[in-house]
This record gives sequence, structure tokens and C-alpha cells, in this order.
Amino acid sequence: MVIEIIEKILLLSGMVALGFIIGMFFNGFARKVTARIHNRVGPPIYQGYLDVFKLFAKKTNISHGWIFDLAALFSVAGIALAFLFLPVAGISLLSTEGDLFLILYLLAIPALGFALGAGASGNPNAAVGIMRALMLMLAYELPLVMVIVAMMVHYNTTSLATLVQMQSNFKWALFVPQFFIGAIIVDMALQGMLMEKPFDIAIAPHEIASGPMVEFGGKHLGALMLYKMMAIVVETTLFVDLFLGGGVVLSVEQYGWIAYLVNFLVWFALITFVFFLALLINAVFPRFRIEQALKFYWKYDALAALLLLIWVYAGVSI
Amino acid sequence: MRNEDWKKISRLVSKRSLWMVHFCTGCGAMEMPPVMTSRYDMERFGMHAMATPRQADILLITGYLAVKTLKRVVQVYEQMQDPKYVIGFGSCTINGGMYWDSYNTIKDLSKYIPVDLYIAGCMPRPEAIMDAFLKLMDMIDKGEAIGWKKYRKYYDQYKRNQRMAFAYRLDEVKEIKEDDAK
Repeated sequence: MVIEIIEKILLLSGMVALGFIIGMFFNGFARKVTARIHNRVGPPIYQGYLDVFKLFAKKTNISHGWIFDLAALFSVAGIALAFLFLPVAGISLLSTEGDLFLILYLLAIPALGFALGAGASGNPNAAVGIMRALMLMLAYELPLVMVIVAMMVHYNTTSLATLVQMQSNFKWALFVPQFFIGAIIVDMALQGMLMEKPFDIAIAPHEIASGPMVEFGGKHLGALMLYKMMAIVVETTLFVDLFLGGGVVLSVEQYGWIAYLVNFLVWFALITFVFFLALLINAVFPRFRIEQALKFYWKYDALAALLLLIWVYAGVSI
Repeated sequence: MRNEDWKKISRLVSKRSLWMVHFCTGCGAMEMPPVMTSRYDMERFGMHAMATPRQADILLITGYLAVKTLKRVVQVYEQMQDPKYVIGFGSCTINGGMYWDSYNTIKDLSKYIPVDLYIAGCMPRPEAIMDAFLKLMDMIDKGEAIGWKKYRKYYDQYKRNQRMAFAYRLDEVKEIKEDDAK
């Protein structure tokens, strides 16, 4: 009994560490890809690791009270928990029935932690930034939730693990005509979730001096960077789980540990690809204003999602 | 692992990830865009421009500083978190440059905040700026860029010089002289 619990804890912490390592890789990857599109050389691909190390090695650390200190931790813990609830390459460590709802809640927690910290810093730029971030969340959650509800209706399940299982043997949701459109809608929402351009309204370094992060420095900023990097992994994994079968290509019963390895590599390739698409859009677009972003999501994205929901409810198949 | 080794490793990594806040006064700002963008691309060395002093490691002063501007520079410098480095850019920060006889600019930046590295020239070319960045990395690696330690050690001296520059009336100068005598 005790050994089982220890095993589980080790597995969970290993998973979280893996998420952070991949997240830090993504930071360098993003900067390299953007640099190549700008016809620059760009930083080395391991730049993310160096940045986080440097921030944690900073000597002084200015604090604005205990809420400010805890907020960064709150964000990191929230995003790590969200990661554990997602099936990664078919392995779902904390998955339960109805976890699709839970994940929608868990995705909001780190953003709220972020907001708490920014609020505690008392900087007006941070207040503007966090207002924009929450507005943006309000904007992209509507189409996202509607598409997820449509999937729940179509697949008749509220468990993400079951959803991934139903998509095995390449019966990906992407190949179902309804959810091909759904994938496009969610990919647009993903652009806002990742806060890549044209939806990097909340951060906007040239306008509001990096918004919520304006007062963060040293170890606080290091923790926030870890959160942002992990958020990329979580959000792309959510997309892959919903539409691309979660990266499961070989069944574990048939192939044993090789299946774990192959599934894992496929999952990694898929999330990299989804993130790469977001980066391509990011590299060439300017920034929306907040009301333009809201209009974009609610006028086009949410309307399409609503039509999709009606389509799925009516149960018409092509 | 000994503390000394740890410091060495942390310097080795930190030098490849320097974030910069550039305080653009005077004409020096003109030379920064080519350094940052595709032509010279300083992101090769992991450097990038940051929006706020809290997040930055390097303070780059690009040009002359009026006394009023110096107040803001000191504020920005004190907001940054250790270890922090200052680069003085152009001859204006070294000896006043073409403003050598101006009544309201400071002549020598290192009297007010510790400068790790100067780039001479009016204006220094982007090549010179890149060279300075590489030199600064080298200095950090060897542990020679210790301006932030100096600021802590000689804080009174720096504060005195700053007060002297900010002094507006004659009796304020007298007050500082009296403090010196104590």
C-alpha cells in the first residue's frame, strides 16, 4: 500500500518535471523559429533552460507582500495540476470521470493566480494587463466550451481518457467532418490561450511594459516563466487529446513498453506541430486591440461553434 | 559542491542570458535597431530587450544625461535586481562629449552609478556595440563585472555625488559639504 503511494507520487512528480523540461524546450524553439522567419540567426534552442536558470540564480528578489510571493507559486502549481489531469500519450495519471469539466476549471486557476500577483504588485500597467487577460479569457472560452460540449454530445462521454481511447486506431476527431471545423475553431481559441499574436494583448511589451509581469523580477519571474512554458505544453496537449487522438498510435496490450515510447514520441511531435502552427501565425501578425479580439471570438468563432453545436445536436451526419 | 564552483557555473550560464533595458537618451538610440534586428541580431547571444527594469540585467545608457534624466536613471538602476551591469554608450557618458561645457548635463556617468563598460565613439557603430556585449560576457565569466557590488560598498560616495548633481540651490551644496566634513 505504502509502496504504491510512493510509486504514484514519484510518477506524478516525474510527469511534472517532464512537462517543465518540454516547456523550457518550447521557449527556445519558439524563439528560434521566430528568428528564422525574421531572417535572423536566433538564440540557441536550449535558451529557455538558460533563462530560467539565470532568473533563479539572481541575487536579490524584490517582493510586494506575501500574496505577490505566493501568486507565482499558485500559477505553477495550478498548471502542473492541469497537466496531470490530461492524458499524455494515452497515460492519464489522475484522470477520472467528468474530467473535461474539471480541466476547464483547472485552466482558469493559474490565470487567476497570475491576476492575484499582478494585483498585489499595485502597478497600473499590471492592472491594465490583467484586465485585458481576463477579457481575452472570457472571449476565447466561449467557442472552446461550445466545441467541447459538442464533442461530449457526439462521443457521449465526459472523460478525456475515454475520448482519447475512442480515437485510437487513427479514428481521430479531426477526420469527422463536424470536428474538422471544430478543430479550426479551437485552434483559433488556442492562439488566444497561448497568448501568441494577434492575441498577445495582455502582455504587449511595447504598450504596457509586459502587462501583468511588469513588477516581477528574479525568482518570481522565473516561476512565472515556468508557468508560461508549462501552459504551452498543457494547452497544446489539450488540443492533441481532443482532436488528434492524444498521440496514441500503438496499443499498450499488444506492444508493451515500445508502445509507451512510440506513443510518447508521437505525442511530442504532435504538440510541437500544433505549437509550430501557432508560431507561424505569431511571427507575421501585428496585435489586435482588446475589443477587436472580443469581436473576432464572439462574432465569428463563437457563432461557428454555436452552429456546430446545433449540427451535432441535430445528429445529421454527412 | 563548493560555493565557488556554484558561482562559476551560475556566471557561465547567466552570461548567455542577458536581458537589457535601454535607457535611450540622445542620439544613441538610433544605433540600437540594427543591433536588435536581422542585420546584427543580438538574440544570437541570448540577449533581448526587456520592457521593465525589474526584469533586466543590463542597463544601457545611450548618450548624454541631463541632470533631470540622471534622477530617473538612478531610479531605474536601483529598481534592477542584482547582479546588474551598466554599459555607458558613446562619448557623452565618458566625458560629456559634445556637451562637455553644458551647464545641465553630467560629464562622467561613473561618478553617479557604477559603469562596467564604456563604448567610446560618437556614435559607436553596431559592430562596436556587439563587441562590447561580447566583452561584457567575457568580464562576467571572469567575475570582473562587479559594478553592482561596488554600488553596495561605496553607496555613500555614489549618493553624495548624486546629491551634488541634483543640488539646485547654493545652500544645498553647503549642506552636502557640511555632511562631508562630519
